[in-house]
Order: sequence, then structure tokens, then C-alpha cells
Amino acid sequence: QGGGSAVIDMENMDDTSGSSFEDMGEMHQRMKEEEEEEAEGEAGAAEEEEDGEFLGVKGLRGQLGRQVADQMWQAGKRQASRAFSLYANIDILRPYFDVEPVQVRARLLESMIPVKMINFPQKIAGELYGPLMLVFTLVAILLHGMKTSDTIIREGTLMGTAIGTCFGYWLGVSSFIYFLAYLCNAQITLVQMLSLLGYGLFGHCITLFVTYNIHFHSLFYIFWLGVGGLSTLRMVAVLLSRTVGHTQRLILCGTLAALHMLFLLYLHFAYHKVVEGILDTLEGPNMPPFQRVARDIPVVSNIVLNTTAKAVALTL
Amino acid sequence: FAGLADVSISEDILVEGEITVPVGSRSLDEDYSTLDEPVRDTILRDLKAVGKKFVHVMYPKKSSALLRDWDLWGPLVLCVSLALMLQGGSADSKDDGGPQFAEVFVIIWFGAVVITLNSKLLGGTISFFQSLCVLGYCVLPLTVAMLVCRLVLLAGSGTVSFIIRLIVVAAMFGWSTLASTAFLADSQPPNRKALVVYPISLFYFVISWMILTFTPQ
Repeated sequence: QGGGSAVIDMENMDDTSGSSFEDMGEMHQRMKEEEEEEAEGEAGAAEEEEDGEFLGVKGLRGQLGRQVADQMWQAGKRQASRAFSLYANIDILRPYFDVEPVQVRARLLESMIPVKMINFPQKIAGELYGPLMLVFTLVAILLHGMKTSDTIIREGTLMGTAIGTCFGYWLGVSSFIYFLAYLCNAQITLVQMLSLLGYGLFGHCITLFVTYNIHFHSLFYIFWLGVGGLSTLRMVAVLLSRTVGHTQRLILCGTLAALHMLFLLYLHFAYHKVVEGILDTLEGPNMPPFQRVARDIPVVSNIVLNTTAKAVALTL
Repeated sequence: FAGLADVSISEDILVEGEITVPVGSRSLDEDYSTLDEPVRDTILRDLKAVGKKFVHVMYPKKSSALLRDWDLWGPLVLCVSLALMLQGGSADSKDDGGPQFAEVFVIIWFGAVVITLNSKLLGGTISFFQSLCVLGYCVLPLTVAMLVCRLVLLAGSGTVSFIIRLIVVAAMFGWSTLASTAFLADSQPPNRKALVVYPISLFYFVISWMILTFTPQ
């Protein structure tokens, strides 16, 4: 058993847990106890085969092999569970979801109101619940828009593209603006940027929800400038308050404003056409031409909505 | 607590265990004995458990049976049957229905996982698979709605049928959301129930929308 424990000691030294002396001591102790237990067990089993009171050389080697294999398995299991508890720990995200419904509602309304004071840094709440729910709502609204518009494409790709577009915009543009903010010396963290842009999508949700049901280009432009503009102004104002220097402010806020407004435009007009384009290039020449078929949502409801909107517009 | 001052455990007994919602622990003998029973008994027992949970969903009372013995058979059966019934609804006639099946499957499971993570992050006390189990079982009213819609569509697809389908799907959507809320919202701090209910209602809304806009070929 002396030879066995030497091999085992080396393995424990290689263990990169960064443990303190007490832990090492405890591990050694546990190792020795397990060793002893196993040795007793092995001795008890080997006695029947070996017919001896002490284990011969053959018995020692077999016992050693078993012990080493067992120790390696234990060490591996410990490493794996440590890695799992470190990386798969969702508790890292828990502080960002610590909100009350009242706070979420207040922030949703605030995201449409541009602040006037840009001379000292405005507070941004670093929460991720509201933005995440808004992104999912946007995905649902996009799907609804695709179904009520007169274009039907293979829905599997549509769903994936919708989720990809929304999440890609939220995560990608946030990271890009954060990178620009780093270059322009603005005081904003990534989580704050994610939160800001996520709440900025509230305007997009409202606009798309209304204009997917009432198909008027002029109405869309009004909403685009009004609602989209308000949410963009709010984000721009918050960023302005956190950046110093005219050039930096111009670069950062100009980029954000352009991307945000253009995204809304893109979602309304070009989305289904872009998806058609993607499918076209994917399928090659074998695709039949896209069939535009009216959906089962009866034309009645659309006509009613449109005439109502026209009547309202006429009376104003 | 004075009597606990001299409690000691010998070193070679490992003190460990799992902290979950208490399940009736099975002894080793019971496990071995269920291996020997005929397959029919096993299947019937599982089917009975699934059926009992279906009844709990249709009449949502605050019972913990759904949570205690979670299983994912029921959600799987419901998901597959819903996905099968939603096939063949695209306008492209040469479509073999593949994307729709995968789409429904992915939406249901991915959506359920996201909602579970969200409720855990908001401080929920329910475990991952228990939440998946509840969300999956509460798809039952929507599956029933899908059946009804298909039957109504057999009769014709005019405005009247649309209104009937709209009412049925809306009712079932409300039922699903209420049922899942009855089970899941209790595990949240009381003032945050709305934060958990919203994603659940969005999830069932997307499924209801898929059901409502289904047109057969």
C-alpha cells in the first residue's frame, strides 16, 4: 500500500484546484481512508483466490491498478462537477432579473420620454428582464405580421430568421455601440447598453404592432418618425449625457440613431422580401416561383380596419 | 436546540443528499421488483400517471401532484400530436411538412426552457424539470383546440368557421395560461407573479396563433 499511495499523492499534487493546505490535508486523509477501505475489501476478495494471508506481487499490481483507476475517476468527476458549477451557474445572471413589475412598467414608459438634462450622466438601470421580454414580443409581432401580410413563405425558416434578426440586432448592435463607446470614452457598461437598446425596442414593438394591422404607408411614416424618433431621442440623450467631446458625441449618437431608425424601416418594408431573397439563394433554380396566397384571416377584417382608419383620418 | 449540542457523526459516514420537493423514496427492493413485472404493467402505470396529470390540467386546483412526480411523457405526446396536426398547412404544395413539425417542436421546447430559466432567475423555487413538466402539460387545452379547429375546418372555411375557431382558441388559450399560472405562480414571490405570467402568456399566444392561422391543404 505504500507504493500505491505514492502514485496517488502525485495525482493529488497535479490537481489544479488551487486548494489550501487544509484541503490538501483533508483530501489526503480521505484518500487514505478510501484506500484502506478498498484495501480491506480487496484483501477480503483476494484471499479467496490467492489463498494467502499476505498479497503476493500479482495481487498488489491488480489492486494498485484498481485503485489508480478509481482515483482517476474520482478526480475526473470532481473536476467536472466543479467546472459545471462554475460555468453553468445561472446565478450569475440573477441580479439582472431582480425587478418589480412596477419598475418594469415605469421603465417602459420612460423609454419614450427623452431627458432634457444632458449635462450630467443619466442613470441607466442594468436589468435584463424587460429587454429580453421586449425582444421576444418583437419576435411574436414579426411572426404575426408575416401571417397577416399576404406573403407566406416556408414557416420553418421564417421562425428562425425572425428570432435571429431580433436577437442579432439586440446583441450585435449593443456590442457594436459598446465598442464605439469604448473608443469614444463614453461611460457605459455592456449590460447598461443592452438594457438601453432593449428598452428602445419598445417603440419598435408599438409601431410594428399597429402598422402590421393597418396597412397604410403614410401611417407607418408617422409612427416611424414619431414613436421611433422618440425612443431614439431618449437613447441618444442618455448617451450624450455620458459622453464628452463634440466629435465623440456625434459619432456615437449618430451611429445609434441611424441604426435604430433604419432597423424599424427594414423590419417594416424589407423583412419578408429579404427572407425571400435568402431562400432564393439557398434553394437555387429548383424553387418554384413564390406563390402569394391570401391567408385565411378574412379580408373582411382588414377592410373593416382600413375603412375605419380612413374615416378617422378624414374626420381629423 | 440544547439537545443538539453533542450530536456527532462518525467520519466514515458521508452526509450528503439532495434537496428537492420530497418524493416518496423508493427502496432498492422496489426498484428491482419493477424490473421483473410485465411490460404491460409498466406501460399502464405510466399511462395512468399521465392521465391523472391531464385531469389535473383540465381542472386546475392547487395540488402538488403535478409537481411532485414530474414526467415528460405527457408533454412529449402532446407536442408530437400538436406538431402532426399542424402539418400540411402551408400553401406550397410540394412542401413535405418537415419544417412545420420541427418548428412546432422547437418552439414548444425552446420556449418552455426559456420560461423556466426566466422563472428561476426571478427567484422561483421550482426545479427545472418540474417547470418543464407543468408547461408541457398545459399545452393540452390548445391541443384540444387544434382538434376542434380541424373538425370545424372540415365543415368549411368561411367567416362563421373563423369566428368559431377564434372563440375556441381564445378560450383554450385562457385556460392554458390560467392552468399553468395556478401551478407556477405559487413558487414565486407574491409581488412578482406578473413578471412570470407574461412570458407564459406570450408563449401560449404564439402557439394559439399558429393554431388559429392553420389552413389545411
